[in-house]
Parts: sequence; C-alpha cells; structure tokens
Amino acid sequence: MTVESTAASKPRRSSKRVSAVAEKGAAASAEQGVAASPAKAAAKRAAARKSAARPQQAGQRGEQAGRQAEPELVQLLTPEGERVEHPDYDVDLSTEELRGLYRDMVLTRRFDSEATALQRQGELGLWASLLGQEAAQIGSGRALRDDDYVFPTYREHGVAWCRGVDPTNLLGMFRGVNHGGWDPNSNNFHLYTIVIGSQTLHATGYAMGVAKDGADSAVIAYFGDGASSQGDVAEAFTFSAVYNAPVVFFCQNNQWAISEPTERQTRVPLYQRARGFGFPGIRVDGNDVLACLAVTRSALERARRGEGPTLVEAFTYRMGAHTTSDDPTRYRHDDERQAWEAKDPILRLRRFLEAQGHADEAFFTALDEESDVLAKRVREAVRAMPDPDDMSMFDHVYADGHALVDEERAEFAAYQASFADASQEGK
Amino acid sequence: MTAEKMSLAKALNESLRKSLETDPKVLVMGEDVGKLGGVFRITDGLQKDFGEDRVIDTPLAESGIVGTAIGLALRGYRPVVEIQFDGFVFPAYDQIVTQLAKMHARALGKVKMPVVVRIPYGGGIGAVEHHSESPEALFAHVAGLKVVSPSNASDGYWMLQQAIQSDDPVIFFEPKRRYWDKAEVDTEAIPDPLHAARVARTGTDLTLAAYGPMVKVCLEAAAAAQEEGKSVEVIDLRSMSPIDFDAVQRSVEKTGRLVVVHEAPVFYGSGAEIAARITERCFYHLEAPVLRVGGFHAPYPPARVEEEYLPGLDRVLDAVDRSLAY
Ligand SMILES: Cc1ncc(C[n+]2csc(CCOP(=O)(O)OP(=O)(O)O)c2C)c(N)n1
Repeated sequence: MTVESTAASKPRRSSKRVSAVAEKGAAASAEQGVAASPAKAAAKRAAARKSAARPQQAGQRGEQAGRQAEPELVQLLTPEGERVEHPDYDVDLSTEELRGLYRDMVLTRRFDSEATALQRQGELGLWASLLGQEAAQIGSGRALRDDDYVFPTYREHGVAWCRGVDPTNLLGMFRGVNHGGWDPNSNNFHLYTIVIGSQTLHATGYAMGVAKDGADSAVIAYFGDGASSQGDVAEAFTFSAVYNAPVVFFCQNNQWAISEPTERQTRVPLYQRARGFGFPGIRVDGNDVLACLAVTRSALERARRGEGPTLVEAFTYRMGAHTTSDDPTRYRHDDERQAWEAKDPILRLRRFLEAQGHADEAFFTALDEESDVLAKRVREAVRAMPDPDDMSMFDHVYADGHALVDEERAEFAAYQASFADASQEGK
Repeated sequence: MTAEKMSLAKALNESLRKSLETDPKVLVMGEDVGKLGGVFRITDGLQKDFGEDRVIDTPLAESGIVGTAIGLALRGYRPVVEIQFDGFVFPAYDQIVTQLAKMHARALGKVKMPVVVRIPYGGGIGAVEHHSESPEALFAHVAGLKVVSPSNASDGYWMLQQAIQSDDPVIFFEPKRRYWDKAEVDTEAIPDPLHAARVARTGTDLTLAAYGPMVKVCLEAAAAAQEEGKSVEVIDLRSMSPIDFDAVQRSVEKTGRLVVVHEAPVFYGSGAEIAARITERCFYHLEAPVLRVGGFHAPYPPARVEEEYLPGLDRVLDAVDRSLAY
C-alpha cells in the first residue's frame, strides 16, 4: 500500500483549527498522487526510459514468452469443475462440507465487494481486496484447528472469516478508527500487518513458543510474493528451520506486488526457495479450494508431528487492484485478468457442486439472500462505527504507564477543555 | 544487608540468573549468548545452568532475533535479547520501531510486549567501526519503547530485573566501558523505581545531568570542581524514556544551572530534549542557558582519536566554567 491513506475521507468534524485541517487535506491528496508536480513528470519520463531499455517490463508481461516454465501445481478440482486425483494429496469431504466451502467463498467475496463499495462511497479510506484469492484463503483457513494461530497480512479477510472474526472488525483500520482493534487472542488471529514480511518472524517466534510449551498446535503465516524478497521472510525461514518450529508459511503468489510482477522478486519458482533453507516447499493451485485445503492440512499436520516448517505457495491471481488507491491498468493487460477469470475459484466449485447434484437452485438462492444480509450488516456497522475519542490516542501507549504520556495527556485534556469553556462563555 | 562488590558485567549476569530462576517464562536470546556466554560474557554460564531452551543461541540475524522475540512474547514468554553491539541494532530497528513499540497500542491493550533488548553501547574501549555508538535518542523518540541505562553495578543488577518484569518493551543500554567497574551491590535492597533519576552527588552551584558511561566522568568533574571551590550536583538520569524531569527540576531550582552530558552527538540528542524541558519548567530559576556536552555531528571516529570525540573531564569542566560565567 504505497499510496496508502487509511484516514476515512468522510467529512471531517468541524475543527477548532481550520488551517490545520486544510493543511492535512493537502498532504493527503499529495499522498494519493492527485497533485501533479514537475518532479513527478520527470520521474515518469525516467521510468519510461527505463522500460524502453528493458523489453521484459511489466507492460508487456501479458504476452511475455520467456516466463519461467510453470511447475506442476497440486490440483484436485479443474477450472471446469472436474474432480481429479493427486498421488500425495486428497480430501474426503461430505456434501455439507463442500457446500460450506462454497458458502465461505461466496460470503467472503460479497463482504469484500461491499467493502470496496464502501470505500468508493467514502466510508473507508482504503481497501485491500482479496478478489480472486478466496480459494487460497478459505482452503487454508478451513484447514486450521481452533488452537492454531494465524499471522495475516492486510488482505486475509477470508482467513479471518474462517477464524470467526467478525468481518466488521477488519474495517476499523481501513476506516481510520484504529490500527488493528481486535484482541488477537480471542480468535487466535493476529492483527493485520502492514510492514511487508514482518509477521513471518512473529509467527516463527510464536511457533517456537508453541514448541517450548509442548503443545501440538501449529502456526500459519500469510504473505505475498512481493514479501518473499524481504529479509524478514528469509530470516523467518532460517529461524523456523533451525529451531524446527511448527509453522506453515503460506505464500499467496497473486502474481503482483502492486505493479511489480513476480519475476521482479525471484528467478526461481517461490516454493523452491524452501529447499535451500532445509524444509519442503509445495506449489498448489491457489484457485482450487480443495487442493488448498488438502495441502495446508498436510503441512499443518507435519508441523504438529514436530517435523518443522513447510512453505506452501498458492499460485493464484489478484483479480482487482492492489488496493482501492491502485490503478492496475497502468501495468497489466486486461487479457491477463481474463485468462485468470476462467480459473475463478468460486465458479469452479459451483460447477462441481452442480454436476454432482450437491446443491440445487434453492441452495444458491438462499446463499444470495444470506450475502445480501451480510452486506447490509457490514454497511450499517461501518456507518455506525464511532470515531475514537480524542483522548484515546494516549491509551495503551504503554502497559505500565509513562510519565511523559501522562503529562501530555493532561496538557491536551486541559487544552481541549479550554475550548469548552470558551463556547460556554458565549452562552 | 548482603552487599557484595562486583563488576557491572557480573551484576548483569547475576541479574539475568535471578530472572531466569524466578520466572520460567524468561528467555535469554542472541548471538553467542550460549556456549560463549556473550562477547562480553554477560550471559556467562547461563546456558550451562538453564539449558539451551532458556538461553538460546540464535542465527546471525538481528531482525530475526527481535521479530521472533515478539512472537514469543505473544505466546506468553519474556524474552531478553542481546544485540551484540550498538551499531548492529539497525537490522532490527524496523522490528523494534514498527512492531515491538506499537503492538500493545494496536491491540488496544489486549497483548503485552515484555521484551528487553540489551545493547552494549558507547565508546572508550578502542574498538573498530560500529562498536562504539550511542543511538539512545533514536529509541527514546519512539512512543511505546522505554529506554534505560545503568551507570554502575548496583543499578545494573536491579534495573535489568525491573526491565524484565516490565510489561513494556525496554531498550536496555549497557555502558560497555563500565562493564569492568566494580561497586557494592546489595542484592536485598529495595531498589529505586526503574525510571527514577538519582542524585549521585549533592552540590549547590550547578547541576550536571548524565546517564550511563558519562556519570563517572561527571562525578570526577564534580570532584575536580570542588577543589576549585565549586559545588556541583550530579544527577544520574538512569532512564531516557521516560525522563525523570521532576528530579532534574528540583536540582536546577536549587542550583540555577544545568549542563547535560552524554556521549551521543549533541545535535538532536537527549541533551536537547532535557534543555528544552528544563527551560520551560525552570525559566525563572535559570542563571544561565542549559549547556550540552557530547559527541560531534560526525561518524564515531577511529579509536586513536576517540578520546577527543568523547566528552572528558576537561570538556565537562569547561562547560561548568562557561555556565558559571553567566
Ligand atoms: C516494508 C514495506 N515496503 C513497502 C510497502 C508498500 N507496499 C504495500 S503492499 C506492497 C506489495 C506487496 O506485495 P505482495 O507481498 O506480493 O502482497 P500482495 O499485496 O500482492 O498480497 C507494497 C510494496 C510496505 N507496506 N511495507
């Protein structure tokens, strides 16, 4: 989220310091890239020169012939909705469970599209959509046990859903009312992490603790293909391997890190990285919910057995923009997206359910209604979300307190109170 | 009273030992802290007595050390991590500043971050590049972190245990050139609060405020000034975040003059913060502007000239004279 602005763009409360607010507004629009400047134009030219010099730039990537040969993916469900076998991985799910996975994906997508709409309506400052990544998230999320612990990025709305986190909790930071705002321990779902890759180390440390406790739960860390370039991710691989930590690294390779393609992050298929650190890596069809479930479950079980980490690369695609501030038309072709649309994770499970007679029209209609109810609930909850109290910025800075925070809190309270006194005087 | 004369290094070692003994959740982690006992031997013998599970030799990766400590803290452990030298904390700076400092606030208080990051810091030992720096202001500037530095063995013994018991992340700066200085440590005393400043020497004409390695220099300066008939009070701040401004104020209200001394560069250093606050608080008591003595705005120099860079007795006394001349 380079062009990130998490402050909701709702009308600001009338402020005592009008000039200060105007300044803030200007800063925000500059951040969003609205204001054009000579420096920007120069940067653009430089970028154009660069891309001319390098034929393999992002723009041409759609037709790029020299892409790495794609290694085999674990797949259990083809894009056409046919069930296929894999020698090492399988799932045996009841009709009810299959319908459950479908329901999870549909509701998650609906929640996500509602959030995007809320951003467009100015109710959220920013939104990072998971569109296209539902199978990777629901498949891996449903492989988890309650006592497993999840370390997400900022896009794991589907995993949050599987953990039973109320989806409205996820919106606080995007609306600008908090920087996280939920208790990570109530659903074993850690706060979203913005600094790319940081959470993979937290997951590893947490997993080291799990091992020390002699517990048999596992930890899963989500991150993207871009994150795989970060030192923290390499360090997490090292630590987890050296200490045999029960952690699964779940990389959603959605092909893009904002405008940078995966080829800009790595010269080898990502899942192969694991081998150099001394643990297995596996690439799974990230648009196949059954395969994601099977592979993640197997990796989690391996961790629980004390056999250490696994890297799962879910090969998938981010169908929308990186965030609502992003414009993917500047760096990728629409035909790429169309090619991936044919592999839509939801559509393929629907085809399978229909072909097998696992779900009828009534099921789909009921689900549509349920989606509408969810969307309405989310919409209402966001609009009703109270702004934090001014004084709350001084809360929880320290667990044990801090003299300076106490002093500044008192000063600020007195300053605020002086306005109340002034408004009383007029009456 | 069970007072015993020991070096700061030994006191820190005893402090870690006591912490490991009393709380099974305490872990010691870092590069070479196990078999070797740390490059300064602060963790000497701990792995032998508490095992590799409690005293953990880590891969050579500072971000990894702090990042995994955060995860362990989330799991309920109290990691004490050692950064080998001041100049090597920067690969971990991201984890410390963007994650460790903010986790408690981001979780609205629902998680605690009882992580101690121990950093041997400062110069005066004739080391090579990146082994002599004083980056405390970079940490004190960050909300969510607490930053402390003992100046003697007794404080080393007590402050480290208090830091480990704190539910907040504490950056614990150890003045490496004082590691071998010995002092009485009363292991059954009731220690001062972790963030309280201490009057190290009383005086009436001027206040010297310092912490960590510079406290000793200031005490020597005060003794020298005494011979010239000047009565100098020395405050050992002990904590750089928060700072016990009340204690400094009390002293300055009495003496009317303040000189702040630290090894770190003066520019944007903690002396600037102290000068500004004390000027606000004590404007009518001050007989002279608050003066600062410290390092220059230059990379820490090669060992052969570090004595010129580091504030020594003469530079401190010079500042004392300048202040008294107002
Ligand atoms: C350390 C860091 N650098 C840059 C950014 C800005 N940024 C936010 S998301 C992103 C791309 C991340 O790509 P990837 O890891 O592939 O995850 P994806 O968003 O595609 O799921 C960037 C560069 C950041 N948040 N953190």
